[in-house]
Amino acid sequence: MEYDIAIIGAGISGAAIARELSKYSVKTILIEKNPSVSMGTTKANSGIIHGGYAAKNGTNKARFNVASLPLFEKVCNDLNVSYSKIGSFVVALEKDQIEKLYELKENGLKNGIKDFKIIEDPKKILKMEPNLNPNVCGVLYCPGAAIISPYELCINLVENAIINGLRFLPDSEVIEIKKEDKFKIITRSGIEIKSNIVINAAGLYADKISSLVGLDYFKITPRKGEYVLFDKNVMKINHILFPVPTKISKGIVVSPTVSNNFFVGPNAKNIDDKEDISCTLDGLKEVIEGGKKLIPNLPLRDAITVFAGLRAVSNNNDFIIEQTEIDGFINVAGIQSPGLSSCLGIAVYVVDILKNIGINLRLKTDFIPTLDKPPHFAYLSPKDKDELIKKDENYGRVICRCETITEAEIRAAINSPLPARTLDDIKFRTRAGMGRCQGGFCTSRIISILCDELGKNPTEITKHGKGSELVIGTTKHLRRDTK
Amino acid sequence: MKTYITDIAIIGGGPAGLAAAISAYENGVNVLLIERDFELGGILPQCIHNGFGLGIFDEELTGPEFAQRYINKVIEYKIPIMLNTMVLEIRPNKNILAVNKNEGAILVKPKAIILAMGCRERTRGNIRIPGTRPAGIYTAGLAQRLVNIEGLMPGKKFVILGSGDIGMIMARRLTLEGAEVKAVIEILPYTSGLIRNKVQCLDDFGIPLLLQHTIIEIKGKDRVESVVVSKVDENWEPIKGSEKSFECDTLLLSVGLIPENELSKTAGVELDPKTRGPIINNYFQTNVEGIFACGNVLHVNDLVDNVASEGTLTGEIAAKFIKKIIKIDKNFVQLLCGRNIGYVLPQKVNKTAFKNSVRFYMRVKKPENNVYINFKVNDKLIYKKFERFARPSEMLIIDLPKQDILIDNNILIEVIPKEKKSEN
Repeated sequence: MEYDIAIIGAGISGAAIARELSKYSVKTILIEKNPSVSMGTTKANSGIIHGGYAAKNGTNKARFNVASLPLFEKVCNDLNVSYSKIGSFVVALEKDQIEKLYELKENGLKNGIKDFKIIEDPKKILKMEPNLNPNVCGVLYCPGAAIISPYELCINLVENAIINGLRFLPDSEVIEIKKEDKFKIITRSGIEIKSNIVINAAGLYADKISSLVGLDYFKITPRKGEYVLFDKNVMKINHILFPVPTKISKGIVVSPTVSNNFFVGPNAKNIDDKEDISCTLDGLKEVIEGGKKLIPNLPLRDAITVFAGLRAVSNNNDFIIEQTEIDGFINVAGIQSPGLSSCLGIAVYVVDILKNIGINLRLKTDFIPTLDKPPHFAYLSPKDKDELIKKDENYGRVICRCETITEAEIRAAINSPLPARTLDDIKFRTRAGMGRCQGGFCTSRIISILCDELGKNPTEITKHGKGSELVIGTTKHLRRDTK
Repeated sequence: MKTYITDIAIIGGGPAGLAAAISAYENGVNVLLIERDFELGGILPQCIHNGFGLGIFDEELTGPEFAQRYINKVIEYKIPIMLNTMVLEIRPNKNILAVNKNEGAILVKPKAIILAMGCRERTRGNIRIPGTRPAGIYTAGLAQRLVNIEGLMPGKKFVILGSGDIGMIMARRLTLEGAEVKAVIEILPYTSGLIRNKVQCLDDFGIPLLLQHTIIEIKGKDRVESVVVSKVDENWEPIKGSEKSFECDTLLLSVGLIPENELSKTAGVELDPKTRGPIINNYFQTNVEGIFACGNVLHVNDLVDNVASEGTLTGEIAAKFIKKIIKIDKNFVQLLCGRNIGYVLPQKVNKTAFKNSVRFYMRVKKPENNVYINFKVNDKLIYKKFERFARPSEMLIIDLPKQDILIDNNILIEVIPKEKKSEN
C-alpha cells in the first residue's frame, strides 16, 4: 500500500487533519489500532469548546484554541454535528476569587477574545443559572463557549474524509516505522504501508510512535479524569460551569451535553498506565464533592453512568505540533485540554506545515464539504415522523426507548461510510444504549440487528472489539461441555 | 396521520395493562391496548420460573402461564391490541402519539388513559460502581431475557450484586444452565428480595449470600475478569482491609427497579419522589383528570398477583369514571408517612371512598417484628393492624374500612413495636 500521507491515530486530531487533507489531491491513509475511530481520549472528555480565555497567552494551547473558534460553526453545520453555543461561567464562590476572574479576563484579552464579561451581581447570575450555588459572588461569562459531541465530530469528520477519498485502516496498531526513501509503516497484523509523510497523532501513545523513528524528545503522561453523567430532564443547567481554575486543571465542571444530559467532572490525576480508564471510589467522591460546590443539589440518584478518560499530557505541558528532525515526520502530540477546542485550527496548521516543506497540495474541485446523515427520528415533528416511516418502515420500530432510536438509524449506522460493527459503535453513532437504562432494553435487540446486517452469530458480536464478546454461547452448551 | 378514538387507552401490555383492559371491557367500555413488544405479557414471558398466581388463581404458575390466562381473555373479548407500537408522548389533553412500522405515526384520542408501563432496572451507573467498563456487565433482567428468550448464555462464572428477586432467580437459573454463580452480594443486612427466593434459589443451590458487602471495583479491560468485594459499615462505607477478589467473567446487577414514568411526565403527571411513580388518589387517578395508573409504573410490587389486581381495580374504576357511574370528588386528605413507613399508596384519599374499604399499599423502611401499623388522624388512633413481620421486601396491604376515613384531616401511618407506646 502506497500513500502520500499516513496519519497514525483516529482521535479528534487525526480525524480533523484527515478531513482537512481530504480537501486536497493527496492520497491519505488514517491508521488506527482500535476497531473504530474516537476510542481513546476523544470518546471520554468534557465535550466543551472553550471560550479561549483560559489557556495561557503565548502557548500553543491558546493559539490553536483561538484559531479554531471561528471554524466550528461551519464544520458542525456541514457535517451534521451537534453543537450549541450556550456560553460558560467561571464561578467565584468567595470574594477573593473575583481577582482571579479579572486575571482570566486579562489573559483572554491578550488571547484576542473580546466577547466576555464579569458579572458581580449574584441576583442576576442566579437568574441566569437558578441551580447554581447561592453563595456565588461573581462569574466570568463567556457567551462564545460551546458544547459539542466530541465523538460525533470525530466520526463525522472521518466519514466525510472517507467520502472524499481517505482510506481508513482500523484494527492496525503501528509497531514499526522504517525511514527508507519513503516511510515504511508496519502494523501488528503485518500490513506494510509506504508513505512520504507520517503524521503522528497517536494521542497517549504519540511518544511511543515518535520513538519508533528514534525521536525521544518528549514523553506523554496520562492524566485521568473521571465523570458522572446525569439523566435528561432532572435538572436544568444552562451554562458550562467552571470553578476558578487551579494550576493543573480547569477544575471540576458541571455542564450540559448536546443531548440534554449533564455531567460533573473531571478530576485530574497523573497515572502510569495508558490503558487505565477505570473509575475509582475516591475519584468519584472527589468529582461529586467538586460538583456539589457549584450545584449543591446534585440529583445523585439520577446519575446514569460513570466513566473516565485520559488526557495526553506532554512534559512541556503544551501541544507539540511540528515538523521534526526527520524529514516528513510530523508530531501532533500532547493534545490535552483544550485539544478538542483546538482540533480544527491544528488541522489547518498541519496543512501549512506540509505546504512549507514543499508538498504539492492542490485543492480538489470535486470536494464534498457536507455529510448526509439519517434524520434524528426523535427530534422530528409527528407529521415528519409519519412520512419517514411511510418511506422506510424501520423508522417505525423504536429500539432504544430512552433515546428514541429506531431500527432504521441503527441499520444506517452499520451501512455508513464508517460502518458500525460493535455495540459501542452503535452507541457512539446513534446514542442507542446511552440513555437512562444504559442498554438494559435495547442490547439484545441491537445484537440481533448486528447479526442480521453483518451475517454473524450473536457469539461473534462484541462490545468494542475482539475479547469483548457479549455472550459466550447458546443455552445448554455449558451442560453439554461438562458431560 | 392515522387517528384512533377509543374510551380507554392502556399503555403497556404487561400484567397491569392486561388486567386493566379485561376489567374495563367487562365494565362496558371500548379499550385499546398499546404494547411496544411483539407479544403481550410484559416481563412475564421471560419469567419461566413458577410461583406466580398464588394470590389470584390459588395455583403456582410460571410467568408465561400467568400471562396467558389474561391474554386468552383479551383474545376472547376481541379487545383491540396494537403490538410493536411505541408510545412517544402523552399530551396533557390525553392525546397519545405512537409509532409502528405498519401505520407510521398514530394519534390516539381516548377519554381516559391507564398508565401501565411497568418499571426498569437500576443500572451500574445509578449506583456508580467504580472500575473499568468491559463487556460482561448486565442487569439481571437483561440476562434473563438473553437466557430465557434468546437462548444465549451471557457468561460462565457469575457474581451477582444485589439480592433482588430477579437476581436470586437468575442465580438459580444460571446454575441450572451449568454456569457457576460465585456469590450474591448485598449491601443491606438482609435480602432485598422475597425470603422464599433466598431459600429456593440460593440456599437450595449452595450459593453464598454475602450480606453487608458491596462491590468496590470491577476489573477487566475487554471482558470482566474479576470484582473486588468489600464489607461495609452501617453507613454503607466500605471497610478497609476487608476486600476480597472474585474471579468471574460476568457481573449481574439486581439492585432495584424504577417505575418507568418518562411518558407520565410528558402528560404532566405529578410523581412521588418516594415511589418514583405517579401520586394517585384512591381511584388510582393521577393529578391529571382521566389519567389513571396501576402496577409497577406506580410502585414496584413484589408479586405479580398484586400488579394484576391493581390493574383489575383500575380498569373497573376508569370504566365507571367514563360512564359517569362514579364521580371523583376533588377533596382529598393526604396520607403521611410516619415512623418506619417508606411509602404509602394511594397518597391521597377521598372522603367518599369507592367501596366498603380503601386499600393501602405500603412498605416499611427497615425490618421489624411484632408491630402495629397505626393509622392516626389528629393524633387519634383510627385504625391499627398487627403484623408479625414487617420487611421492606414484602409489601403490606391494609384495607381500611370506609367509615374510618370519613374524617376531614390528613392521615398519618406509622409502624410501632408492640411493646412500645406510640411516638409523637
